[in-house]
Amino acid sequence: MMTTTTPHGIAYRLRKGIRLGLTYLAMSLLAIFFLFPIVFMLVSSFKNNETQVLIDMSTLYAFVPRGELGLQNYADVFAQLDFGQLMINSVLIVGVTVFGGLVINSMMAYALARLRFRGRDLLLGVVVALIIIPFEAVAIPLLLVVNRLPWLGGATTWLDTYHVQIIPFIADAFSIFLFYQFFINLPKDLEEAAFVDGAGVFRIFWNIVLPLSRPVFATVAILQFITHWGDFLWPLMVTRGPGVRPLMIGMQQFFGLDPKIWGDIMAFASMITVPVLIIFLLFQKWFVQSVASTGIKG
Amino acid sequence: MAATVQRPSRLSTRRRSEAIMAWVFSAPAITLLIVFLLVPFLMAIGLSFTDQRLIPNPNLPTQFIGFRNFVRMMKDEAFLRGLLNNFYFVLVVVPVQTSLALLLATLVNKKLKGMNVFRTIYFSPVVTTMVVVAIIWTFLYNPGEGLINEFIHIISFGRLGPYNWLQDTKLVFPAIMLLSIWQGVGFQMVIYLAGLQEIPEPLYEAASVDGANRLQQFFYVTLPQLRNTTIFVVLATTILAFKLFTQVEVMTKGGPQNASMTTVVHVVHQGWGQLKVGYASAISIVFFLIVLGVSLLQRCFLREERMVE
Repeated sequence: MMTTTTPHGIAYRLRKGIRLGLTYLAMSLLAIFFLFPIVFMLVSSFKNNETQVLIDMSTLYAFVPRGELGLQNYADVFAQLDFGQLMINSVLIVGVTVFGGLVINSMMAYALARLRFRGRDLLLGVVVALIIIPFEAVAIPLLLVVNRLPWLGGATTWLDTYHVQIIPFIADAFSIFLFYQFFINLPKDLEEAAFVDGAGVFRIFWNIVLPLSRPVFATVAILQFITHWGDFLWPLMVTRGPGVRPLMIGMQQFFGLDPKIWGDIMAFASMITVPVLIIFLLFQKWFVQSVASTGIKG
Repeated sequence: MAATVQRPSRLSTRRRSEAIMAWVFSAPAITLLIVFLLVPFLMAIGLSFTDQRLIPNPNLPTQFIGFRNFVRMMKDEAFLRGLLNNFYFVLVVVPVQTSLALLLATLVNKKLKGMNVFRTIYFSPVVTTMVVVAIIWTFLYNPGEGLINEFIHIISFGRLGPYNWLQDTKLVFPAIMLLSIWQGVGFQMVIYLAGLQEIPEPLYEAASVDGANRLQQFFYVTLPQLRNTTIFVVLATTILAFKLFTQVEVMTKGGPQNASMTTVVHVVHQGWGQLKVGYASAISIVFFLIVLGVSLLQRCFLREERMVE
């Protein structure tokens, strides 16, 4: 009896093998659950013939590239709308928002973490309190504000522009908080040494703090990117023409056209999804670390 | 000696310049936060007591109408239905998504071959944008011959279905819940994974020496150690549930017959669609108070934990 339960016994190894097999089985089933809509989208997008897409959609053939395959659906999308423009709009809006946010949020966080000035604790308290206000709660009054703001060249409204989709989202209380938490945990020695040598605040921040803070910059950049790439509510409200609209609004409008050509819709969806999936695969470790850091607070 | 005499004045000028630099560093963020967050927030409070419209009608000046917006809300079926749906969503999605996230995290935390691949797969819906997710699932939910109907047809041996998922008042909201879980659970999984990796290994060794089996170790070591993570995940999911908008707007616009209405969808339809800014602001305030309540609950729970330590 005893021999069967030793680590080298056959029964023990068998039981361990079965457990391992069951674990992999469960994980594979879950993997299918998480992958099937994405595979479905990609496979359908390459089926040139719309009837093929519709015939296959209710069977496992939905996941099998069969029939006439090609890039016809992609060509159709480009023929119907200016996909390039939408992509440029999205990249520009999200790029400037994220980059601008990295600059001004990190600067404010550095002031809160390291510089001595009157009102610092109060300011920090206000920033933490602002994290609670969800954008959705201020969207409608914000619409009223941007509707009447002036801009260069005598414009009297911000509606239908790039900057209305960028400037309101650059400052972000949660980003400031993440930077702040990182900066207060940095060792002070180097900064103090530079201070004694007579370096100014800006030099210290730029030459000493920034190179040490790459992880938190990556974290904030990725979190802000995930948030704003998918932005839908705000661009829906503040843009009318296709000129400045981001991809998501273009996608929703394309989807709203009747009759629905599912092959084309899936091609459009794939073109939005695949670049982000590739970026995610390349920087996977960073993505996971950034998300994990949102849970480590309090 | 000369240096020590000089020092105070040199220090005080440096300190003054430090304070100036602090404000220079903070000014851009402060300005933007005030103009685009604080001011609109205060406006929402003020507007909620008025009948302000998005495009003011010169013949009908905006008036202060006291609590009339809030009274009207109590009789607004779409609003009540939306609020109820948000609670329904919390009640179903929070426990399901939290348990699934914990299950996934425990699975990918095992030191086995290929775990990175599985972790990547489970996380990939998170980087798939919600608009795209909503559209793919609309196709999957296709009435009649959609993939989901076919799947249910087969596993029930032909007894169930087909269902008209997005047009059926009883099914539309559960259908939206399913895709929301599909898209969001990877995020929570990663937060749990970070929590799991912080549990010190000796705790498991001690439990094992005491004769605890795997299940007992999970309930008496893992779960208590994940208390803070769980509080965070539960309350963050709750707040997300109250912000529910994109998938509903893309798939059903709140219909049929308000069956998939949510608070934020109603705010947008009233404020932007029908230009009733005053009324939409009032709903926004109620929405904010709920989110505030949930956030305070979280701080309260976490503080209690600290005091015990």
